[in-house]
Amino acid sequence: MTMATLESKFPGKAKRIAFLLVVLTLGLASPKIYAEENQEHIAAESTHKTNFDAGKFVMEHVSDAFEWHILTYGHTHVSIPLPIILYSENSGLNVFLSSKFHHGTVAYKNFRIEQEGENEGKIVELNDQGEILGLPIDLSITKAVVGLFVSVIVILLIFLNVAKSAKQRAGKAPKGLQNLIEPLVLFIRDEVAVPAIGKAKTDQFLPFLLTLFFFILINNFLGLIPIFPFGANVTGNIAVTLVLALFTFVVTTLNGNKHYWKEIYNPDVPWWLKYPLPLMPIVELTGVFTKPFVLMVRLFANMMAGHIIVTVFVSLIFIFSSLNGPVVGGMVSPLSVAFSVFILLLDVLVSFIQAYVFTLLSALYFGMATSEHH
Amino acid sequence: MGFVTPDYGTIFWMVIIFGITLFILKKFAWKPILTSLKDRENTIAEALSSADKARKEVEGLKSNQEQIIAEARREKDIILKEAREIKDKLLADAKSIAQVEGQKIVESARTQIEAEKTAAINEMKKQIVDLSVLVAEKIIQREIKEKKDQEDMVNSLINDLKLK
Repeated sequence: MTMATLESKFPGKAKRIAFLLVVLTLGLASPKIYAEENQEHIAAESTHKTNFDAGKFVMEHVSDAFEWHILTYGHTHVSIPLPIILYSENSGLNVFLSSKFHHGTVAYKNFRIEQEGENEGKIVELNDQGEILGLPIDLSITKAVVGLFVSVIVILLIFLNVAKSAKQRAGKAPKGLQNLIEPLVLFIRDEVAVPAIGKAKTDQFLPFLLTLFFFILINNFLGLIPIFPFGANVTGNIAVTLVLALFTFVVTTLNGNKHYWKEIYNPDVPWWLKYPLPLMPIVELTGVFTKPFVLMVRLFANMMAGHIIVTVFVSLIFIFSSLNGPVVGGMVSPLSVAFSVFILLLDVLVSFIQAYVFTLLSALYFGMATSEHH
Repeated sequence: MGFVTPDYGTIFWMVIIFGITLFILKKFAWKPILTSLKDRENTIAEALSSADKARKEVEGLKSNQEQIIAEARREKDIILKEAREIKDKLLADAKSIAQVEGQKIVESARTQIEAEKTAAINEMKKQIVDLSVLVAEKIIQREIKEKKDQEDMVNSLINDLKLK
């Protein structure tokens, strides 16, 4: 739409719109982009940028990886290599850094990161002819594992410090970090554990519930910080949430009392629901496994979704600039940034809610497993 | 890596890491933190209850004090009353003693007066007798002309005397 047509359609308003456009482009498109006025150059750029694959970009950012990618400048990838630990029957134990793969472009020893196909993203073992032999046992320290280490260090620093001040300041008012943590601890104890489990048995489960809550909460938060060594999307990794749910499942099952098992194998329902076909026992037994499964999926999906949306909003800038040139991309950026900030803030809320929900439901399951009566 | 298929390598590391974290936190963080929380709660509860007790004690003391004051006041009243009674009794006693004494004095005065009076009468009688003797001497010294006149005179004299 040219200025003339604009003027004929909206006289008066056109000037204001034009002014806004100029301000937006000047203010937000980088000078470098603005300087590239040469038509040919832009055409070359856009053909280059059409290769931008938003789906791949987003997935790369939220998925686990064998290296910790920090930034790409031009064609130089800056990333932290992580240890690859492989065991295969053919070559035994292999430990080396992921930098040997050169970002997945080359094979090292007999191993290669598969770039496509059914084993995409996995490490496969090759024979001398370059044919795939199979999958080695892969216990590599991936990005998620490093993220776990980082968050565990943060958690230990926080809570050992709080424990120290709790010991030193016994009988006195809390101070510093202790002041921040104690209300949350009290919240978990008085609003989550005690109502769900009951006062008598709370002490038994409280350490686990507290660990669960703070582990999830701190991992959620650190996942939102997009700067190394944080932002590894640990709680958006289904393996991590699986283990958390597994711990809840194991604790529930180990602490299940007679009443709990009786309610599963012989619930209080009309006899024809149990005999000859054990309908209700099957439903109840399924429930035992669906509960931790739902815990796993809920936390994973919420955190993953938050990360995906943020990344999608950021990649909108690149999509627009690859479709319509960098100027349009620059113009879209304030909107993208605004939405990303909004979603990030929402994720802060979601981080709290998901940590709370996971802990609350775990506490409820423990309560069910240990309650004497309905 | 398919992001919805859990990767067993990550599961392996996560079990180890979470297990160790759970152990360390349970032993070195939650124990002291929860103990200190419980201790503080107990301390606060104790402080509150002891404050309540102290307040009750003070209230007890106050009522005790009031009781003591009331008793003292009653005692004071009793003492005052007794003193008043003693005073009254003393006054009454003194009055009656004075009365008796006065009566005694009056009595003795009366007897004295009586005695004086008797003595005076006796004295008078004696003087009359002396006078009579004097009169008689005078009469005797005189020459009695008539017997009858003599007799009359004596009689009248005696009569006069008897009248007194």
